[in-house]
Amino acid sequence: MATSINPVEPAVNDASSSSLLSVRNVAKTFGKNVVLRDISLEVAEGEFLTILGESGSGKTTLLRIIAGFESATSGELWMKGERLDHLPPYKRRVNTVFQHYALFPHLTVEQNVGYGLRVENPPQPDIAARVEQALARVQMTTYGTAKPSRISGGQQQRVALARALVKRPQLLLLDEPLSALDANLRRQMQVELKSLQREVGISFVFVTHDQEEAMVMSDRIALLRMGELEQVASPREIYSRPATAYTAQFIGHTNLLHGEVGQGVLRCHSLAWETLLNDGPALLSLRPENIRLSPESGIDRPAESVFFKGKVRNRAFHGATELLQVECADGLIFSVRTASRADFRGDVEFQFRPADAIPVRESAERK
Amino acid sequence: MFSRAYRAAVTVPPLMWVMTFLVVPYFLMFCYSFWTVSASQTIVHTWTLDNYRQLLAVNVYRQTLLRSMWIAARVTLFSLILGYPLAYFLSFHAGGRKELYYQLVIIPLWVSYLVRAYAWKTILGSEGVLNTLLQYVHLTHHPLEFLLYSPFAVVLTLTHIYTPFTFLPIYAALEHVPRNLVEASNDLGASPRQTFWRVIFPLSIPGVLAGATFAFVLSLGDFLAPALLGGPSGIMISNIVVSLFGAAYNWPLGAAISLCMLALVVSLLFLSERLEKKWSFS
Amino acid sequence: MELLVSPTNVTSSGSRWLLLHAVLVFAFLYLPIAILIVYSFNGPGVGGFPPRNLTFDWYRTLFADGAIWQSVANSLMVAAITVVIALGLGIPAALALDRAQFPGKAVFRRLVLLPLILPGIITGLSLLMLFARAQINLSLMTIVLGHGTALISVATTEVFAGLQKVDRAQEEASLDLGANYWQTFWRVTVPNVKLSIIGAALLIFTLSLDEIAVSFFLIGRENTLPLEIWGRLRRGITPEINAISTIIFVFSLMAIVTWYRLRTKAEANPEIGAELIETSAQAG
Repeated sequence: MATSINPVEPAVNDASSSSLLSVRNVAKTFGKNVVLRDISLEVAEGEFLTILGESGSGKTTLLRIIAGFESATSGELWMKGERLDHLPPYKRRVNTVFQHYALFPHLTVEQNVGYGLRVENPPQPDIAARVEQALARVQMTTYGTAKPSRISGGQQQRVALARALVKRPQLLLLDEPLSALDANLRRQMQVELKSLQREVGISFVFVTHDQEEAMVMSDRIALLRMGELEQVASPREIYSRPATAYTAQFIGHTNLLHGEVGQGVLRCHSLAWETLLNDGPALLSLRPENIRLSPESGIDRPAESVFFKGKVRNRAFHGATELLQVECADGLIFSVRTASRADFRGDVEFQFRPADAIPVRESAERK
Repeated sequence: MFSRAYRAAVTVPPLMWVMTFLVVPYFLMFCYSFWTVSASQTIVHTWTLDNYRQLLAVNVYRQTLLRSMWIAARVTLFSLILGYPLAYFLSFHAGGRKELYYQLVIIPLWVSYLVRAYAWKTILGSEGVLNTLLQYVHLTHHPLEFLLYSPFAVVLTLTHIYTPFTFLPIYAALEHVPRNLVEASNDLGASPRQTFWRVIFPLSIPGVLAGATFAFVLSLGDFLAPALLGGPSGIMISNIVVSLFGAAYNWPLGAAISLCMLALVVSLLFLSERLEKKWSFS
Repeated sequence: MELLVSPTNVTSSGSRWLLLHAVLVFAFLYLPIAILIVYSFNGPGVGGFPPRNLTFDWYRTLFADGAIWQSVANSLMVAAITVVIALGLGIPAALALDRAQFPGKAVFRRLVLLPLILPGIITGLSLLMLFARAQINLSLMTIVLGHGTALISVATTEVFAGLQKVDRAQEEASLDLGANYWQTFWRVTVPNVKLSIIGAALLIFTLSLDEIAVSFFLIGRENTLPLEIWGRLRRGITPEINAISTIIFVFSLMAIVTWYRLRTKAEANPEIGAELIETSAQAG
């Protein structure tokens, strides 16, 4: 079940969408510290792209380069056929929602939202109407005359959003805007942001370290690791066909199996099954939800499944499901996700389909 | 958390000192201002408003007070003009050398006031460094008289003394401006100049008010610079007070003037505090 | 680690003007002092240009001048006692302001800090009236009392700032582990403010040495150094005064560098540093 692995997926295969922002071979070094290496990425019109990565991966730096607060050490930025990286931030049709909102404390909510319109040369007409419209879109109209210190974090975030959107930018950047919110509010805002993006039709580039958040909101995810793009694909694609071990482990849970292929048979500890992979060492990613409890007999025990037995060492309760840690006699440890049940005694038998064990690359070594 | 004994131990000693050496003296000053001095140079303890009437009636006192306020106003203005851009430069443009420059600005503060005033005296005199330099390079042919023993000299010297004073709170305020606000402003399309006037400056106003208040209040009450450099035309209100406690022996009148100064200073402080609160957003 | 550079809100032309302005202001601040130092070596005297006949003569005269050194000794003694008084009262005041709740706290705070912002003449004169009524003769002791009163506020401000930075969690951890309040105070709180106290002592000492406005009214027969210089100025200017001024400058420089190192060691942020220095310099 060999699959060709392409770390950089082409943009959405839709003839009507086109590339809005083109990041070409962007690299950034701070002193001796290489933060970004050779990043190339296309952002399509109207898409919700998330740049996902751990802290230190370079994701915020990349965003700041697009916004104009940092300049790339090498590489280019193009937007709609024109060079972007030569422009200072205040000349780019790009706006940012900052991590801690960065609302001006000495201005009211309305004044904050209208700020970008007032500083234009010449100032925009009918500012008041546009401000009201923007506030309505984020449901903050009644707070127009309040100062930022008087409204909650979630409300500040909406104002920051309105302030950026009222300028009708071609691209909206969001720097971990939800990280300061508590869990429930966060989930609510994720949904709202997603529908807002659909509504206004602007491309959003969203930065986060939270892979669940990325999966919920994005059209595509760009996974960044130590300054390089690990994989760029839709959430489904990246989840079900991770390109590398890192991707498989970073997004969702997985079991990484190290095996050896010889003459069409893959062996991993005491397990073995037929495979079309080439001879040699193999690395496989097997998602916990693809491992099932084996019934004793019957049609649910298909011949092509792989079976193993083990003792349940640990259980993590997740409400509807549980994540089990199963230890086999030969030392292999599996994570298995099953529906919650009362009891596991002694040796329990599990099964999975070989097709669900996806081959992945080892991630490149980075300095 | 803290026992009665602890609270007593930490509050009583300072409180006692403050009562004895601050409150009682001010009260005494208050009393003196209502007494008078007799012809034989003794204090007469009858209560009267004479001193205050004198203050209002006699031209010299009124004029000197106004002149003092005018000098103080100029010192404040010039100190701000010198100090603000310097603070801005250090905060936004000095990068890694910020600390070093900061030390350079505060070093003069630690050099004795007297030393610095004396330095200006030697520079501005008719035989002084500046005049002889100007003549040496043939820019002038006679010493410039207005340089010393004039209000000009006082304003110059006091500006020199108080510029670091105004610098400090302004620098602190500028350092406190969150940099992400500057980025947000640029992001929204404002040029650096627009960003300064719309975002940075408004947020630095409490620092400007604090610096201006220090400079004004301390210049107003200064007597050393005028005594050294002011000459007859540069006399300030505190010099009058000094002479009333010295050769002109009229403690009650001196107390009255001092009390007025105290009242003026305290009102300015309250006013400044109110304004600062109004302009601080955090 | 991602390193984020703070944005400079300056255009390149703007920055050139700012730099020029900064250079001019630094020149304005330092030239008089530089001239003072140079002319302390000037043969013919305080004025004139250009300086010539450079000589150490004035320093020699200075070192032979008994009165000056007597006043230096007086100043040092006054300063030392002032430090004791100011800290002895300022530390409790800081503790009271930081930790304790009591009625009239706001008034207390204003009173303690008032001498900082008041022109020295008011502090000096009010104390003069006190001593006159109490029939206490003016002497170095009255000067000490004056300095102490003026400089308590400096001690309070510095120590208060240091107390604010003490991590409460540390003290709570100490209590949690079984130490009582007194032990916690000595083992946890005091070491944390040690640097603030030392910094305050250094600052108060230097300010007392330079103090002239308050001392002016409280002086008896013995002079402090600034008052000795002041007296000479009335009589006539000689470069001997430049010489002693240069020496004062050098000592002030050493003091402030030491003080600054202490502050940075205590991880001061600019806000606190500024407040303190302001308040301190006002007292001078």
